[in-house]
Amino acid sequence: MTMLFKPVILWTDALIYLLVMVVLAFVWYVRRNEHMLAPWRRVGHSASGMAALTVLVFFIVIGLLDTVHFRPTVENSSNGEKVYSVEVLSLLDVIAAPLRTRVEKTYSAPFAAYLYARETIELLDGGQIREFPRLQFGGAHLQNPEVQLFADVAWRAAAGAALGFLGWCVLVALLGALLARRDNARFLPTLSAIRRGTTEIPWNAVLVTLGLILSLLGAALALSTHYHIFGSDKVGQDVFYQSLKSIRTGLVIGTLTTLMMLPFALLLGIMAGYFRGWVDDVIQYIYTTLSSIPGVLLIAAAVLMMQVYMEAHPELFDTIAARADLRLLFLCIILGVTSWTGLCRLLRGETLKLREMEYIQAAHAFGVSHWRIISRHILPNVMHIVLIATVMDFSGLVLAEAVLSYVGVGVDPSMISFGTMINAARLEMAREPMVWWALLSAFGFMFALVLSANLFADAVQDAFNPRVRTWSLKAGKPQRTGREEDPETKPVAVAVKDSISP
Amino acid sequence: MLNYIIRRMLYAIPILIGVNLITFTLFFVVNTPDDMARMQLGIKRVTPEAIEKWKHERGYDKPLMFNDSEEGAAKFTRTIFFEKSAAMFVFDFGRADDGRDIAHEIKARMLPSLAIALPVFLLGLIVYITFALVMAFFRATYVDFWGVVLCVALMSISSLFYIIGGQFLISKLWHLVPISGYGGGLDAGKFLVLPVIIGVISGAGANTRWYRTIFLEEMGKDYVRTARAKGLPESIVLFRHVLRNAMIPILTGAVVVIPLLFLGSLIAESFFGIPGLGSYTIDAINSQDFAVVRAMVFLGSLLYIIGLILTDISYTLVDPRIRLE
Repeated sequence: MTMLFKPVILWTDALIYLLVMVVLAFVWYVRRNEHMLAPWRRVGHSASGMAALTVLVFFIVIGLLDTVHFRPTVENSSNGEKVYSVEVLSLLDVIAAPLRTRVEKTYSAPFAAYLYARETIELLDGGQIREFPRLQFGGAHLQNPEVQLFADVAWRAAAGAALGFLGWCVLVALLGALLARRDNARFLPTLSAIRRGTTEIPWNAVLVTLGLILSLLGAALALSTHYHIFGSDKVGQDVFYQSLKSIRTGLVIGTLTTLMMLPFALLLGIMAGYFRGWVDDVIQYIYTTLSSIPGVLLIAAAVLMMQVYMEAHPELFDTIAARADLRLLFLCIILGVTSWTGLCRLLRGETLKLREMEYIQAAHAFGVSHWRIISRHILPNVMHIVLIATVMDFSGLVLAEAVLSYVGVGVDPSMISFGTMINAARLEMAREPMVWWALLSAFGFMFALVLSANLFADAVQDAFNPRVRTWSLKAGKPQRTGREEDPETKPVAVAVKDSISP
Repeated sequence: MLNYIIRRMLYAIPILIGVNLITFTLFFVVNTPDDMARMQLGIKRVTPEAIEKWKHERGYDKPLMFNDSEEGAAKFTRTIFFEKSAAMFVFDFGRADDGRDIAHEIKARMLPSLAIALPVFLLGLIVYITFALVMAFFRATYVDFWGVVLCVALMSISSLFYIIGGQFLISKLWHLVPISGYGGGLDAGKFLVLPVIIGVISGAGANTRWYRTIFLEEMGKDYVRTARAKGLPESIVLFRHVLRNAMIPILTGAVVVIPLLFLGSLIAESFFGIPGLGSYTIDAINSQDFAVVRAMVFLGSLLYIIGLILTDISYTLVDPRIRLE
């Protein structure tokens, strides 16, 4: 007996699973160590950081749903035997099946009931007229779209948003009950504490964000069963679906690139700072040479060569999805190779400082091995730099993906990403009336993702950087509270971005 | 001083050799010229003769590092490494796929690139520093708070959006300047306004915030407290003391990019149809003209290294505390 589906683990899927496991292990480890928990508590106290995290979690959930890949079975018509489809689907594809399968002929505007382009229609009496045909799916349930459309959209949006709001109310009640139980307080005073923002974690910021997300999501889901809420693209595919699919690509580029570069940066940076001498000279030479090539040119050269390599070795992948995925992985590796130098330099500097510390000198005197000193004494003390660099790089990398795809050295053209969406939509700017929806939704989703990543990165940076200070707004006058962004930790990916953006 | 500069330039040579080796490895070792020929001519139905012809036209039909069939020094000189990679040190970049001399093309395209990049750079520096100063002056007030919020929002917008949005708003909707194109002489002005404005805006978020941090960093130092304690007004403290000291990291950070201005900007040039080095590179990438990309990688790193040397020199010029020896 064959299964209903055959699980497929693409390369990036495997790495994402690995990343999730690493993050979970890290969380478990941090929870057991009070000194590591303290800075995370500070992150938890930042209202903007927690609101941003809520949005990020929403994106991450969509990305993870899109990571579980499989190949469904299709009935073989000739002998009834079941075979696996060549098309690789993800859980998100299954959930969003109505969006994925309802394909129009070509462009249609958001909430349109008619196609973007005129078509010749044969009349019953043999004559022909040219007019805008009705869409096959968008607004197809309406008898008379001119009259009914607005009311129908408004009603569905309101109903969806109300449903989302209802779900939100349930969540609020659950959270209130949980907090009340934990603190041995009564339910209603807990709720009002949440509202006033006097709880330890700014739950009010989280809940407001969550309420917004849920209401919008409810409205979007209710509408998207009967409309293309962000329109459809050249081949009639739903733009909302494409935007959702782009999220995974952006997340993969933003996280896996860092995962790729961390081993290099950590190993070489700490080695250079710890051993000094010729090891330091060699490592410095390597990263000076690599960083002296302008980022985007090195990426372009490497991606061109990767294309040649993949053309010459078609045996590496069996499906289109596998090919696109391999290319995405290569892109992450290339971005990682070009962007580890900045972090490496920071780590080298920090290690140089640390190795002169008395406790490390003492460890030397006791005859502790190099490996043990590095892993027990130096590594934990540079981890805050690694963490800050990781979160700060993320947003730059998501933005860089769009630019690289525009330049033609980004992800595979068959892979849906913000870059490929913008690239395809850009060519339609000159049309009259303008096709603006794909462009705007790609930019909108990207903005939401990058903005929340930036805000979260700021919160993390504030919490983990002990050296710098901030100017508190609430105090009314300049006051040092011990934190401010550190000029030394300029994000590594900015190097990529700087050389790309005008 | 001269001694220092010479020593600094000698340091640059091994780095350039390293860059050269990296490009050589990327372009000729990871993939053989045969692979590149097959890619360009189409994978299927390509005859060995066509591949040989393609390689011969470009001079790729020689051994990589060591030529056994030649005599004496020619064993080393008549190789791909010597003729294609080492030759870049004397700016012999060979020919592009369309037969034009790359070095000549680069020379002709530097000026249009500079015509956008230089105004963006100078105007940007002025604008960002001004806004950062204002925010630093009004620190810990709502001006500063919303300024930072605006900066973060600006940072989060894709640079492609600024270009596409700007072209749509200013050129298509308001018809103020042409959407794209380039002209020689004074005529170039009207084509350059839009790219320059967009260039400045798209860098505004990250840079303003960056400069603000530098100013705030400087304002936390002891000499500023001393200046305030003397009874100097805040404006004098800011402009006479903080600004001058903060200019050291700002200027030296800016000097690095000056040589890179010659390279222009990849996307802005291709969107605005400006015949500079940026659009040259993009065209080369799209048509898979490996020779041009190779040349640009080398040129880019050369300019970057020059920038690093200039930075070191500028440090010594603006900061008397730094001694060369």
